[in-house]
Amino acid sequence: MENQAIKMQRKTDLNKGYFSQFGGRFVPETLMPVLDELEAVYNHYKDDKEFKQELKSLLADYSGRPTSLYYAEQLSKHYGGAKIYLKREDLNHTGAHKINNTLGQILLAIKMGKQRIIAETGAGQHGVATATVAARFNLDCEIYMGAEDMERQALNVYKMEMLGAKVTEVNSGTQTLKDATNEAIRDWVRNVEDTHYIIGSVVGPHPYPVMVRDFQRIIGDECKKQIIAKEGRLPDYILACVGGGSNAMGIFFPFVDDKEVKMIGVEASGKGIDSGKHAATLSAGRVGVLHGSKSFLLQDEDGQIIPAYSISAGLDYPGVGPEHSHLKSIDRVEYHSATDLEAVKAFKLLSEKEGIIPALESSHALSYLEKLAPQLSEDEIIVVNLSGRGDKDINNFKKIKEAEKNV
Amino acid sequence: MSKIAAQFKDKKALITYISGGDPSLEMTEKLIYRLQEEGVDIIEIGIPFSDPLADGPVIQEASQRALKNGCTLKKLIEMLTDIKDKVKVPIVLMGYYNSVLNYGEKEFVEAIKKAGVSGVIIPDLPVDEKADLAYYLKEAALDQILLVTPNTSDERLKEISNSSSGFLYCVALLGTTGDARGPYPQLESYLKRVRKTAGDIPLGLGFGIDGPEKVKKFIDYPDGVIIGSALIKAITAGETETEKLENAGEFVRNIKKVLANYK
Ligand SMILES: Cc1ncc(COP(=O)(O)O)c(C=O)c1O
Repeated sequence: MENQAIKMQRKTDLNKGYFSQFGGRFVPETLMPVLDELEAVYNHYKDDKEFKQELKSLLADYSGRPTSLYYAEQLSKHYGGAKIYLKREDLNHTGAHKINNTLGQILLAIKMGKQRIIAETGAGQHGVATATVAARFNLDCEIYMGAEDMERQALNVYKMEMLGAKVTEVNSGTQTLKDATNEAIRDWVRNVEDTHYIIGSVVGPHPYPVMVRDFQRIIGDECKKQIIAKEGRLPDYILACVGGGSNAMGIFFPFVDDKEVKMIGVEASGKGIDSGKHAATLSAGRVGVLHGSKSFLLQDEDGQIIPAYSISAGLDYPGVGPEHSHLKSIDRVEYHSATDLEAVKAFKLLSEKEGIIPALESSHALSYLEKLAPQLSEDEIIVVNLSGRGDKDINNFKKIKEAEKNV
Repeated sequence: MSKIAAQFKDKKALITYISGGDPSLEMTEKLIYRLQEEGVDIIEIGIPFSDPLADGPVIQEASQRALKNGCTLKKLIEMLTDIKDKVKVPIVLMGYYNSVLNYGEKEFVEAIKKAGVSGVIIPDLPVDEKADLAYYLKEAALDQILLVTPNTSDERLKEISNSSSGFLYCVALLGTTGDARGPYPQLESYLKRVRKTAGDIPLGLGFGIDGPEKVKKFIDYPDGVIIGSALIKAITAGETETEKLENAGEFVRNIKKVLANYK
């Protein structure tokens, strides 16, 4: 019944900010001009020599890039299968990959003449990475964080405050990342003239999913060079955890056309998908619209967003970046999930075997090694994106200990 | 002329918003009758959503109350279908795109048409997203009311007003619903700019209009005013059902008194 003309028109419009049917810009009209501006400014500066140089030297001298690609010999021995490498994003300044994106976006905010920065945060890693660059570039900064997350990631709240940011507690809805994101969007609607919103993952309206992925792709670009230098070839597998999906997109993207490289995203299945308490959006969700883009989503029969659950605050999100939905739908990336218990087990194992305490988020990716590594032979290579370090989770140690008892 | 656009003829229209199912669908039904009796020109009914990012605290809470008591889009449409013969005033559904997408765009339009609804407002579906919804609404001769804001460029204004039907929703300020700072200081020049570009479509002014004083101050420029959060606050302040309905009636009468002086 559908009119051909409309179909044609839609097709041309799909080019803008869409990955097949996923993405788009589903936001209040107030934000449309500022998204257009951001898109134009980003498109201009992404190829600008000076801008690229400035970002490159900040990534090198301020954040400590390139991060190493470390051969985890003890862990590899433990599983007795493939050779396991870790891409050490935990070694970045502020302890996670998040700063790759916040450095890029704050430079754009300055180009746009913005005085004020806002951000949402779940684990607090993105909040800290945002507060850090706001301090460095002397811009006002307000971070929205769910009340529940402020409790479980208290250390990061202190850090943000130390860095001069205002941390605003969000008490609406489920008091976690999705509600913090709603509040940040509402703030942006009110203060759109002088404020830039630094979204922390490959989610949100166009151009965020593209822009954040481009700022994070340095992970994969470096990784490619490093693995070729060390092994003379590309890896067989790349593993990354998926919350909104930025560390995963960052490491996956440069390998998308290398068909021999298999890629696996690991979501958080909390207490198990069947329990209903999970954050496995791609594994158990349906297509919908949240926070400005069309993607997989945890929602009930009435289209209400179902609160996500995970022991790891950074994965506790009912949506996922639209490009992941696309990569799933074309079968380029496989998506699996890991429970709280599996993540905690991997958290402990890496600490003990390699002397590296991983973030609980990253531990979800690590936990998939147990299924994968022993199946492979010694000459096969797995790279795991170690997206962050686990100091922030030590605060949660009691909870972790309890979970551990059940492992 | 659509049933909605006709409500702006020879008068300044009063458009009121209530959240569907707040706190129950029975109450929504009673409020519709009451608002109709009091002479409201168009009634907007909110589809409750878990994540209403264009809304301020009053409508967020109203939405939460409705969801807590089990309101769904399906039940809301069923209620409207049941009472359609008693409702003469045009009904507009206002809600977020995910609710519609989840229901099915085609199915949604068919169902609301049967329920006697005259139009929809989807604040997170900008004109650029050529969703199927616009096509089905047009086929069904239902209005899609689009929004413009003080920072909308002339170029976008043109595109939006061309695609909007029924009326054009002029958001009074850069903010969410119920924003008490409003309306915008340059309201006059903003609405004059909209008028110049938008042509004949009626202009409704909404967001942050909280009572007769503000209506008096700004009513010269638009063709009608949209009031939501302030009305919901008045209703919620009532303790009993009778009190709630009486509060709604009184609120509307006070606004109508002001509007009666203008053509
Ligand atoms: C260390 C770490 N890894 C992963 C994530 C999840 O985000 P994303 O999926 O965007 O990489 C977070 C989010 O806070 C994080 O802190």
